[in-house]
Amino acid sequence: MAHPSDNYLTHTRGIKSWLLTLDHKRIGIMYLVTILGAFLLAGIFALLIRTELLTPGQTIVTADTYNRLFTLHGAIMIFLFVIPGIPSALGNFVLPLQLGAKDVAFPRLNLFSYYLFVFGAALMVLSIIVGGVDTGWTFYTPYSTDKARAGVIPVLTGVFLLGFSSIFTGLNFIVSIHKLRAPGMGWFRMPLFLWGLYATAIMQILATPVLGITLLLLIVERVLGVGIFDPGLGGDPVLFQHFFWFYSHPAVYIMVLPAMGVISELVSVHSHKHIFSYKMIAWSSVAIAVFSFFVWGHHMFVSGQSAMANMIFSALTFSVAIPTAVKVFNWLATMFRGAITLTTPMCYAVAFLSLFAIGGLTGMFLGSLATNVHVTDTYFVVAHFHFTMVPVGVAFIGGLYHWWPKITGRMYSEKWGRIGCAVFVAGFYVTFVTQFIMGTHGMPRRSYHYLPEFTALHQMSSAGALAMATGLFIAAGTFIHSLVKGLPAAANPWGGASFEWQCPSPPPHDNFTETPPAGDPYDMSDWEYHPEIRGYVRKT
Amino acid sequence: MSREDPRVPHHFESAEQQTESARLGMWVFLATEILLFGGLFCAYSVYRANHPDVFYYGTQFLDKHLGALNTMVLICSSFTMAWAVRCAQLGERRALMVLLSMTLLCAALFLGVKAIEYRQKWKHGLLWARKFRAEALERSPTKAGATWAETASAKTTMAAPDGQPTSGPAASNPLTTGTKALAATAAFEDRTSIPPAGTAPAGVVSGKKSSAAKPSERTPPENVQVFFSIYFLLTGLHGLHVIAGMLAIGWILRRARRGEFSSGNFLAVDLVGLYWHLVDIIWIYLFPLLYLIH
Amino acid sequence: MIAHAADLATSGSLIPERPLFGSSLWLPPPASTAAIEVDWVFQFIFWIDAFFFVLVTALMILFLWRYARPRGARAVGGPTHSTPLEITWTVVPLFIVMAIFYEGFRTYMESAVTPGNGYDVQVTGQQWKWMFTYPNGYVDENLHVPVGRPIRLTLTSSDVIHSLYIPAFRLKKDAVPGRFNKEWFQATQPGEYQIFCAEYCGTGHSDMLAKAIVHPPGEFENWLENAASYASRLSPAEAGEKIYHIRGCAQCHSLDGTAGTGPSFKGLWGSTVTMSDGLKVVVDENYVRESILQPQAKVVAGFQPVMPTFQSRLKDQDILDVIEFLKTLAPGR
Repeated sequence: MAHPSDNYLTHTRGIKSWLLTLDHKRIGIMYLVTILGAFLLAGIFALLIRTELLTPGQTIVTADTYNRLFTLHGAIMIFLFVIPGIPSALGNFVLPLQLGAKDVAFPRLNLFSYYLFVFGAALMVLSIIVGGVDTGWTFYTPYSTDKARAGVIPVLTGVFLLGFSSIFTGLNFIVSIHKLRAPGMGWFRMPLFLWGLYATAIMQILATPVLGITLLLLIVERVLGVGIFDPGLGGDPVLFQHFFWFYSHPAVYIMVLPAMGVISELVSVHSHKHIFSYKMIAWSSVAIAVFSFFVWGHHMFVSGQSAMANMIFSALTFSVAIPTAVKVFNWLATMFRGAITLTTPMCYAVAFLSLFAIGGLTGMFLGSLATNVHVTDTYFVVAHFHFTMVPVGVAFIGGLYHWWPKITGRMYSEKWGRIGCAVFVAGFYVTFVTQFIMGTHGMPRRSYHYLPEFTALHQMSSAGALAMATGLFIAAGTFIHSLVKGLPAAANPWGGASFEWQCPSPPPHDNFTETPPAGDPYDMSDWEYHPEIRGYVRKT
Repeated sequence: MSREDPRVPHHFESAEQQTESARLGMWVFLATEILLFGGLFCAYSVYRANHPDVFYYGTQFLDKHLGALNTMVLICSSFTMAWAVRCAQLGERRALMVLLSMTLLCAALFLGVKAIEYRQKWKHGLLWARKFRAEALERSPTKAGATWAETASAKTTMAAPDGQPTSGPAASNPLTTGTKALAATAAFEDRTSIPPAGTAPAGVVSGKKSSAAKPSERTPPENVQVFFSIYFLLTGLHGLHVIAGMLAIGWILRRARRGEFSSGNFLAVDLVGLYWHLVDIIWIYLFPLLYLIH
Repeated sequence: MIAHAADLATSGSLIPERPLFGSSLWLPPPASTAAIEVDWVFQFIFWIDAFFFVLVTALMILFLWRYARPRGARAVGGPTHSTPLEITWTVVPLFIVMAIFYEGFRTYMESAVTPGNGYDVQVTGQQWKWMFTYPNGYVDENLHVPVGRPIRLTLTSSDVIHSLYIPAFRLKKDAVPGRFNKEWFQATQPGEYQIFCAEYCGTGHSDMLAKAIVHPPGEFENWLENAASYASRLSPAEAGEKIYHIRGCAQCHSLDGTAGTGPSFKGLWGSTVTMSDGLKVVVDENYVRESILQPQAKVVAGFQPVMPTFQSRLKDQDILDVIEFLKTLAPGR
């Protein structure tokens, strides 16, 4: 198929045309580059942490440096990679395309929100490094207000700005989904990725302002000493934990819901089969979004919270398990009797299923009061958390492979894509299953020194981390190779039926010359494979 | 594709779609603003539920008359703002400018009154926790005539004059190893002086309510500084929103002077109006919550 | 200087190193009444989880293998919705999680009710040291308890949040400044068990270690009596050394000359030190006493003014003992 010469990449030229662009696709790409940079940085910090933990005593860095390293790793991964990864990078690129729109509702706000993100990110990272902040990404009081260095103030300001960037992106997505759907696209004809983004955006709107005020309070506490969280001045440090987790628990689903949306797309498109029970998947996203606001107290079971509160939060915590289980079973049912091509995106999708299943199931130990007391604040939590958050990264990379042909107009090497995925997942299991064992044996998290009996497990874990890094480098290699030598991609390389596959790859500046007719986004029966263009064409 | 108005950005089908999108966007933004304040209202509720005496006591140091005056001023400004939006809709440029200026004036008046209140608090040392000077309770005009000397002798578990509380669960703990008040001067200047093990103040969710649960205007309850912390946080954040609102009104006033608005194009005025009403409504809640506690 | 966790364990200060997997892959041997109950819940959840993980993975692999098709193939197709199936996989997990919740809650509540006949120990966390205060006022760096008797802990912190964690007892509770958290346990086996701090608290977080020492029947009272009378048993210098260890001086002031959070005690006595304001001071009785009671009054150059006051926490006799101990570390001794 001949590519139209004018696409969004060639529409205008020059660095200024990128930096001041209002095109959602270019903004998405700028996010992508920034976020991948942050990912690389946080990954390097992770490897440094694992290197330090090779021996029980000091290996390469001092205790203070180690504490800064895990603060950096956590803060960058959470605030600069996992939270914005899918919505801001992939979402910005794909959302208007899937809606059949020309752009998001407020392109200027979108660009503003990107620069807010860059500024907040730079402020946060630089001041953690320069200011020597070692509070962990959770900023618990009174450590953060009393003991930690003054650098904590710019760090909090940075996170505050990131929060507002996130709010503006969410606002943009909500309005776009409400007002810019193509004619004929009802709510239940939206691709499920959009449902995931919509539920996420609602949560960003509702939860992030609370983080904002919490961070403001911390800043004021630190600068003026208002005493809200300071026991010495009549305040309560545990109130901070309530505020913080009121945002940060929903934030976990801010990270996971878009990933689930991506997985719904990948599983259906690469099984070439209609998604199983569209409405259940859509509603379960909304259910997760709602439930997640009522479970924050499960982070504080050992903080001295009353037994009554513990009971309520424990019971509510288990309620989140139901919509999650429903999604997993529906994805499996989608694969049943499909025509599965094990493409790289599909590999990442099944990797997500496998890892996230463990993440969800180990959550049972943490939701249950009796076992929570033993395993909370240990490596068990570290492992559980990574088994829920790394799948988000897995979905992000899977989604990137899935939409890569659309974004760049080029194909990548399936063989090396699959190898990279396999190496990464194998490394991941080694890294974190060992940490489950350490956790149940009582190894506290955020520990610089550890008892010698944990040495062998720590070394295995570090070896696994190296394999994970190798897998990611292979994946990066496939992307770079594709940019340099990739074969041109068809408009619809996978046979998907949603709107983004109905415009050329890469899309033109205005996305669609004519908005295609809205239909069932998962009815792929009209699309026929043409080997000569390595893509699907609609039957005429 | 038909274009009714060249000013409508390319990605909107029509001006109507643009207006609807912008309105929805503004409402969503207002929701986030409410939640931003929601965090502080939450802190207010938690502390008021746990230390009701602190709030009953602290409120008498706020000037109800100035608070009421400010409430009136803001209600007026909301009225002029709503009228301004109506004028924009009718395309009456002159009236729009006059009304926006009046709104701006009200906002400035509000901040002026607020500044007077802050000045009084500053003079008397009725400030947030770290800057709070307890002896101010004695000096400042209060219905209760109790002085610190009296109360300190009357109530042994009372906070030390520096505000560092010495009572709490520790008082009833048999294991307490010699609990004495810290040197009066040390505690506030010197944040590293830690209360002796077992003499820290009562926690919020520790299950123990503050010692005096019934309203008391005569004796200053311990931790009274928390009330002023919350007062300054709430009114301070609100003040920042008033300033932001003034900037927004100033911006549309400038645009109105250039004649950028017409009966078909007054979206910006409408949105700023929505924002300004929110700022007013928050104050309508703040006033009784802080000034009119009984 | 801080005692490194590794050094502490390898030097075999209190317990011999034991293999990690004593009795099971997942959990250390239980040593309290609650631990046995908790382990039952753990096993209950573990096997439910194992079943579901195998189910999901097996189905996934089966489908991947069974329905693998070359590119371009069409799905056989099938239903895109099934209400009975949806109800099944909503309701069945619902009952299972309700069962898990109930088991966890029941077990938790059993251990949440503090028994009336317990023995009280007050626990204070301080960067980076645990202090256990017994009813007679004696303070120790380890938690000594009698076997088979409920022990009631009252936890607090004098600076940031810490968390007392004894894996063998499946016990964890935060020590929060400004509040008193209650916890209890009943040890079932005499022996020595590791105590960690589980809530991140700064530089020395991972070195904030202690032991829970469970005494056989009848031995605890003797130990306490003996330990509490150290002041009369020991010479002043020896008593000072004990205070140095049990009251937290050792966390910041080393004995080997390395600078920690505070200056080393080695060779300090009688020397002339420079303060942060340039003043030179000879380390004598008055200076040491002032530094303990008003640590911020004179801060040695190069150190942060972070030492907490020991006013009302150390008695005059204790300070004299510490001074005697410092004299033994003077240069040329």
